[in-house]
Amino acid sequence: MAAFIRDRKVVSDPWLRLERNDDGSLPPVPRAGDIIVPLAMWQAQRDSLLVRPGRIGVWLDSHEAPEAIAEDLRLLGVVAVNFPKSGDGRGYTTARLLRERYGWKGELRAIGDVLRDQLFFLSSCGFNAFVLRAGEDPREALAAFGELSEAYQASVERPEPLFRRR
Amino acid sequence: MYRYDEIDQKLVDERVAQYRDQTRRFLAGALSEDDFRPLRLRNGLYIQRHAPMLRVAIPYGLLSSRQLRTLAHVARKWDRGYGHFSTRQNLQFNWPKLEDVPDILAELATVQMHAIQTSGNCVRNITTDHLAGVARDEIVDSFVWCELLRQWSTFHPEFSYLPRKFKIAVNGAAVDRAATYLHDIGLHAVRDARGETGFRVIVGGGMGRTPILGHVIREFLPWPHFLTYIEAVLRVYNRYGRRDNIHKARIKILVKALTPARFREEVEAEWAHLKDGPSTLTGSEVRRVERRFTRPAYERLPGDDAGYAARLASDRAFAAWAGRNVHAHKMPGYAAVTLSLKKTGVPPGDATAGQMDAVADLAERYSQGELRLSHEQNLILADVRQAELRALWDDAKALGLATPNVGLLTNLIACPGGDFCSLANAKTIPVAQAIQERFDRLDYLHDIGELDLNLSGCMNSCGHHHVGHIGILGVDKNGEEWYQISIGGNQGLTRPGAPAALGKVIGPSFARADVPGVIERLIEVYLERRDSEEERFVDVVWRIGVEPFKERVYGGVHQRPESRQRSLAAA
Ligand code: SF4
Repeated sequence: MAAFIRDRKVVSDPWLRLERNDDGSLPPVPRAGDIIVPLAMWQAQRDSLLVRPGRIGVWLDSHEAPEAIAEDLRLLGVVAVNFPKSGDGRGYTTARLLRERYGWKGELRAIGDVLRDQLFFLSSCGFNAFVLRAGEDPREALAAFGELSEAYQASVERPEPLFRRR
Repeated sequence: MYRYDEIDQKLVDERVAQYRDQTRRFLAGALSEDDFRPLRLRNGLYIQRHAPMLRVAIPYGLLSSRQLRTLAHVARKWDRGYGHFSTRQNLQFNWPKLEDVPDILAELATVQMHAIQTSGNCVRNITTDHLAGVARDEIVDSFVWCELLRQWSTFHPEFSYLPRKFKIAVNGAAVDRAATYLHDIGLHAVRDARGETGFRVIVGGGMGRTPILGHVIREFLPWPHFLTYIEAVLRVYNRYGRRDNIHKARIKILVKALTPARFREEVEAEWAHLKDGPSTLTGSEVRRVERRFTRPAYERLPGDDAGYAARLASDRAFAAWAGRNVHAHKMPGYAAVTLSLKKTGVPPGDATAGQMDAVADLAERYSQGELRLSHEQNLILADVRQAELRALWDDAKALGLATPNVGLLTNLIACPGGDFCSLANAKTIPVAQAIQERFDRLDYLHDIGELDLNLSGCMNSCGHHHVGHIGILGVDKNGEEWYQISIGGNQGLTRPGAPAALGKVIGPSFARADVPGVIERLIEVYLERRDSEEERFVDVVWRIGVEPFKERVYGGVHQRPESRQRSLAAA
């Protein structure tokens, strides 16, 4: 199991993430075990996914809206948001909406092109779990959380903007 | 000046440490070129044609003498002794070494300066009217609102990786001197019927390769909702703005694709969730920010200074300078003064370290130790006693900063162009100089009257050519530098009945050597056709259209080939 960061600790990952095949078709579903499935698979196979042994998570790609799973959140064990490129910032908004508008309290993980220098912003927006891009050292990356000690804005981590706390 | 409190200072210091570590990791090979690029960009560091270029933020263009001296020191110690003031109220150093940048930033942080978000796909330096706080037609002091936005946008966690750069301008006076229709968001202070303060919200304007005027999506936004509404706009943009094509990624493309009406609906729907939430501004926060600004200590003066009035009457040269470079002030007996960085022969906006030190001294002696940078790349002393204008004029003349050309043709705006910028299609500085030399006769210049001439080296439009009364754009034709000319642009509601407008291209482009001659012909048409001296060049273009100008410039069928031959001979 790969190492990743959850709640600012490096831990091993019990979840298996399924991806579409190169031709866009959906892969077979393993018989058991905790899996994170693409949104399309969740939408197509929801009923069968719910009865198989093992927990289910859904991952949204950067263009997929949080509204697509807002009604289903209570059925999910984890929600992940993909960053196909680190510069694609849609996932920051997705995270805030999941947390602040749709009330997701469980694990919210950032996946894809996730780099240490994005961790501060990602965690401000509500991500608490991070699967870094292959080759990045999660232990070294932990230092990034503390690089800035304050933030002006309201965010998931700091529901009140600085001016209400100053 | 806004004075940092402990938290403001700490954040800037922490950013320096963070950037130092990022640079260290890059130099050690732990961060690839590709991964380092967005990190250095959001800290203002470009890799340019000759060397890295560091863009330092001058938030909303306001600067203290102490800060300017530090910039001079940086120019001497880490650069080649000068800096370039840009059209976006920033200062650019063209020759720093990448490995020195953390030390430069640490030095800047000692005077509450930084390079945060001066580039990259994030909210950039907020710009405003250079007469904020002193203009007679003031509605609010826009500096306060700019500082609120500076804090709100600094390291905004949700909007740090937008589809594209994002520029916000705030205008606090009746006249729009901040080009609010030409920004991603323009905010123009207004009062409603009950005297409450609010803002007109204008979205999706901009220059670049798809120039377009912004659309008003809200006529009156009450001030407490200032941040939540902007947050809603940014959120809609962050979600739906295009990311597949860098040339279609600005918010203006999204507004156009959705239509302004639909875009507005999206924003209002999003805002319904954010409205009255924790980011709603409070009166105490606005007052807190207001109080952290140093305020000029004005003397109570009875009215216009008699000595000044007498000098105006007796000294023609002084009066010419005052007529162009001295501006009305809301306090009796005071004036605002433009120090021109547009001396013929000097690249527009360039200032040497010596000039920076000298201007810092002038600001201290005459204007309470503060100055502003205008988007026309000049420096403004905003709080000068009229009684001291004569002495200031003498000092400014000695420093080469008293060219009496504000608002006139030779006060042209130009981006750094092909001499410095790796994106350029063509050089701008030699063209600017050739034009300034051609129109160097002051009487002629004053006779031509108000004329904005703007020059950009490529479609990125850093020289704001689309809104020049005359705009010049460098274009590339088979590897040669050519110049396209447009007329009729206007940067904003600078006088009643003259709204923001985009210039129209007059026809095929010209070789460099022909540009001053073409400008001369355009001016001829204007001088022949104006109905009075009051009617400006741009007014005539609007009244009679571009045709008569076109005819004069291209009229003779022989002119084009001849100009082509000449340029070929030169090449
Ligand atoms: S307009 Fe083009 S050439 Fe001029 S500074 Fe901008 S990018 Fe460079």
